[in-house]
Amino acid sequence: MLEVKNLNVAIGERQILNDLSLSVAPGEIAAIMGPNGSGKSTLAYVIAGKQEYEVLSGEVLLNGENVLELSPDERAAKGLFLAFQYPVEIPGVATMTFLKTALNAQRKQRGEEELTIPEFMKRVKKAGEMLDIKPDMLKRALNVGFSGGEKKRMDIMQMALLEPSFAILDETDSGLDIDAVRIVAQGVNALRSPGRGFLIITHYPRLLDHIVPDTVHVMAGGRIVRSGGKELADELEKTGYREYAGESEELV
Amino acid sequence: MTAQIIPSRTAAEAALAEAFANGKAGLPGAEAVARLRDESFAAFARAGLPHRRIESWHYTDLRTLMREALPIAPAPTREQLESLRKEIAALPAQSLLLVDGVFAPELSGALPQGVTATSLAAALASGRPELIESLAAAWADADDSILALNAALMLDGVIVEIAPGAKIAEPIHIVYATLGAEPSARFSRSLVKIGAGACVRIDEISLGLGGRTGQTNNALILEIGDAAEVGHTLALTDGRPGSMRLESFLVKVGARAKFDSFALITGAGLVRRQIFKLFEGPDAQGTLRGVSLLRGREHADTTLFVRHAATGCRGRQNFRYILDGESTGVFQGKVIVSPGAQKTDGKMLAKTLLLGAEATMNSRPELEIFADDVICGHGATCGGLNADQLFYLETRGLPPAAAEALLLDAFAGELVDELGHQGLVAAYRAEVAAWLAARAKSETRSAA
Repeated sequence: MLEVKNLNVAIGERQILNDLSLSVAPGEIAAIMGPNGSGKSTLAYVIAGKQEYEVLSGEVLLNGENVLELSPDERAAKGLFLAFQYPVEIPGVATMTFLKTALNAQRKQRGEEELTIPEFMKRVKKAGEMLDIKPDMLKRALNVGFSGGEKKRMDIMQMALLEPSFAILDETDSGLDIDAVRIVAQGVNALRSPGRGFLIITHYPRLLDHIVPDTVHVMAGGRIVRSGGKELADELEKTGYREYAGESEELV
Repeated sequence: MTAQIIPSRTAAEAALAEAFANGKAGLPGAEAVARLRDESFAAFARAGLPHRRIESWHYTDLRTLMREALPIAPAPTREQLESLRKEIAALPAQSLLLVDGVFAPELSGALPQGVTATSLAAALASGRPELIESLAAAWADADDSILALNAALMLDGVIVEIAPGAKIAEPIHIVYATLGAEPSARFSRSLVKIGAGACVRIDEISLGLGGRTGQTNNALILEIGDAAEVGHTLALTDGRPGSMRLESFLVKVGARAKFDSFALITGAGLVRRQIFKLFEGPDAQGTLRGVSLLRGREHADTTLFVRHAATGCRGRQNFRYILDGESTGVFQGKVIVSPGAQKTDGKMLAKTLLLGAEATMNSRPELEIFADDVICGHGATCGGLNADQLFYLETRGLPPAAAEALLLDAFAGELVDELGHQGLVAAYRAEVAAWLAARAKSETRSAA
């Protein structure tokens, strides 16, 4: 479960998140929509622990524990996962090596045994098949030379292997064609479970046709300005973000 | 009128002059060789130790850095050589051992058919003019006072000849062992002549044998015949604080030949590696790669002169540095395309990661092009670790130190992986991992 309470965040002199509060229950899929510059990605980065942001006040509770004092790796070990809008290329690190290193690093932080190689391979095979990731891709350097769709699928594959209790998907649909959106969405839907919450950040309602959210929040000017169900996304598809433009200008 | 500055002779220069005057009668080689030595020493004496006003030595001012010239190590005795047997037992087959610069055939492994090895001293005494010409390596680009000093004082080395067309399956190792009980200096010059169409790999390895400091001035000359395929690696991983290693590598590449070289420098006291590569014949390919991993106050300088003197040759120069602590890295690469060397394809890249706030990198790639139908490019980057990459890895659960180590390993490992050969990649990857582990350990110690 994720609870964001009265979060105020700045970068330099500029305040980006403004007394933002949000709660996502276990098993819930919450979507955040909003215009460019409303602070959606900042929220994702702050929850994941990126350092360049200054948290002025507020709390981010993951399963009841405030994670703002924790480093990104400690948050990951507590069960947090961020799928990046632009997954980073890591030249020289074979994807398979990276997956194993990441999985075992989290297990170690949690005081668990490393996975045996056969067990690891079994899990990789299963996740790879679900996301149409060919074994050849796993031998290549992580995300290097991958297409946009391949990078996003690789991020979802990592999520499948790391089995987080809460996952944030930051504009996972951006730059993807219809087929790629469908494959990514299938991957996410396969990971839905009563104990796992999702926060899906997107500009476009299209993704929400494939991953049907329980709640939809509109973000503008660094705060949640409206909340509702899936029908809110459908409404935004028709009306756009015009009515929230004033909020953005006023607060950002 | 410009006043000519004649610097006074340093103590090291004076000691070298004395060592040459006193020792030259005992150095191997007949009249022609003695003349070469005299001329070479005169060239050294005129120029003196290279200093910052010599462009190619600007960042490694030997006149300042070499405070003293250590006494030249005497040739090892039979007993000393015998005492090494146990220490060298684990060396791979086909190892040619140089002890304090002197070739020790009795400790060297058997060689396959098509390969011969003799000592430099024997080659010089034999008076074979073509060998002496090869050993003189009198190229215009190789006008360098440290190389001249090496020619004057070369005590020994190994001459390897590979027959035309010979396909040598296992690599030939040239192993440098340091024996001297006291800190001493060594001057050796070796030559590998590879016949046309031959195929071989030469691996150079250093064995500290006790970790004594010293001064080494080595030269290795590779003459690659037409259409030969040659691999080469060099591991300079046994340096100690206070040690000085001056390495000259001279490579002539024949027509349609393929040459691929990799060097790893870690644990350097002071290392200056200078490479003079000459594409003599058309349509050859030559790649030079190197990784330098430095910390503390180590200093490693790699300076290249790559001359394309023939048409259609493809040259690649790719070097990486990781600099921690107060270390200093130097990369200078000069690619020269001679008039008429059309269709040259040359690329050079030097990338550096600076980890220590006090670390310094001096990077200077240069191109001199005298032909109009060529593709040439160079680049250099210098910076810290990528914050986005670190954050990405940390969000996947890697603690900051592990994320950093993974990125450093990848940065160096990318060039290692290009070696292609599974065994070599594993061996050099292990060296990189060992350096990273030692760095992590010292960081933990300093944090405590």
